[in-house]
Amino acid sequence: MSYLSIRDLELRLKGGGRLLRRVSLEVARGEVHGLVGESGAGKSMIGKAVLGTLPRSVEIVSGQILLDGTDVLAMHPAARRRLIGATCALIPQDPLTALNPAHRVGPQITDRLVDILRWPRAKAEARARELLAEVQIAEPERVMRSYPHELSGGMRQRILIASAFAAEPKLIVADEPTTALDVTVQKQILKLIKAMQERHGTALLFVTHDLGVVSKICQRLSVLYAGMVVEDTDVRTFFRAPRHPYSRALLAATPKYTDPTHSLTPVPEAVIATVRAEVAEADRRAGA
Amino acid sequence: MTEIYRVEGLHLSLADMTRKPLLGAAPRIEILKGLDFTIPRGAVLGIVGGSGSGKSTLGRALVRLLEPSSGSIRFEGTDITHLGEAALRPLRRRFQMIFQDPMSSLNPRHRVGGIIAAPLRLHGFDDVAARVGRALDHVGLPRGFAARYPHELSGGQRQRVGIARAIALEPEFILADEIVSGLDVSSQAQVLNLLGGLVRDLGLTLAFISHDLSVIRRLCSRVIVLYQGRIVEDRETAALFADPQAAYTRELLDAIPLPDPDQPWT
Repeated sequence: MSYLSIRDLELRLKGGGRLLRRVSLEVARGEVHGLVGESGAGKSMIGKAVLGTLPRSVEIVSGQILLDGTDVLAMHPAARRRLIGATCALIPQDPLTALNPAHRVGPQITDRLVDILRWPRAKAEARARELLAEVQIAEPERVMRSYPHELSGGMRQRILIASAFAAEPKLIVADEPTTALDVTVQKQILKLIKAMQERHGTALLFVTHDLGVVSKICQRLSVLYAGMVVEDTDVRTFFRAPRHPYSRALLAATPKYTDPTHSLTPVPEAVIATVRAEVAEADRRAGA
Repeated sequence: MTEIYRVEGLHLSLADMTRKPLLGAAPRIEILKGLDFTIPRGAVLGIVGGSGSGKSTLGRALVRLLEPSSGSIRFEGTDITHLGEAALRPLRRRFQMIFQDPMSSLNPRHRVGGIIAAPLRLHGFDDVAARVGRALDHVGLPRGFAARYPHELSGGQRQRVGIARAIALEPEFILADEIVSGLDVSSQAQVLNLLGGLVRDLGLTLAFISHDLSVIRRLCSRVIVLYQGRIVEDRETAALFADPQAAYTRELLDAIPLPDPDQPWT
């Protein structure tokens, strides 16, 4: 059975347009599911909806988000926060804004364990040291006493990965976790996330605009356009035989140094017209 | 003369403000450590490297937004290494720059037409309105866009305005610093195809700074690979990709995740 099931999730800007159009997807335990699409397609919104961190301007119109069979949207808000806090975590995009510059790194990992999950401080600190070692940080003690600005971008992202895995979550949402990094550092960080996820058996919802990254770490993916899933398939099928014309167009637009003549084709107007018509048709049916 | 730029022994150091004592001068940190290269006329030169490799600093030295500490930069035979602002002014029309983030390089309170017209007026061009219109034509934006504000445009359209502003002055050389890194793949493809076409049609010479070798492969005729302020490889694009010489170039290539689940990525 899937660990995360999203069923017909509908999000709307308060007093405005639809952000997600009946989005459904399933993520099994220990599976990595990619969410891809252009900016504004709604991929980050799905992650935020799962974690209960949607901006105030966005409302959930309908749909279900099931964690291990429990519909979190039907729960009392306090109980929902407790459940999500205990079972889910986030690896954010920008490690510099995600860490508080005025605080040392150690407490930023342990405070959540102590304050929210009620771990004894000593246990939390031991766990933080253990995890920093697991994310290949050479001197965990020294790093825990450091301030974020004293560390490199790659180090900061490692710390956030350690922090995300600290409470042994069942599901992690990773929102463009390597976009701000150099390509060589990106590779190390992606390999690290993949290795940690496999070792801990964590399900991962991986938001990215980079199809290259998807092909390296995901088993399945959903392609979004204007808040609608246009294709949901396994990675091999997607890269070998994408079904939707928009998926094919996205692949053709992706730069590929091994095949320079067959890359960087903009998404054709006709494809955009097709997918827009599908969106309009979905809206018409939703209105009826 | 077949080269538009000749750079010899270029060193550039900047004040390291993170280590500045409360009183007294900040220590200098050397960013560029002796670069030698030329940019042939009509070339599209890719400048690639990791963060902190000095690629943006090099770009800014070429268009003299930064002054080198030693060595020399010759533009069309003129030594511009230490030229003062007054002497640079007439040359500035001839080497233009397109910035990474169009949101911060386009004044949000000015209309697109005004943004493109400003440098034209500054350099004393006549028939400014006609030139603005032609620049918009070149970048594939409707002339009506002159009346719009940057926030009304998509990311790709804003970047086209940045390109229009640069080409309106009919420069010989354009520096493009990571101009597609914030764009979606489709807009990225559009902007790159546009830029490639303009280089051909207008006979421009372009230096294209990027961290993305896949993009460089498509656009550039020659590539310089920078690593910690030094050039580790300077070759024709096809040769570089067929047989990378420097260990760092190889490392960069191996790190690129190709959109292919069967690519070994070890």
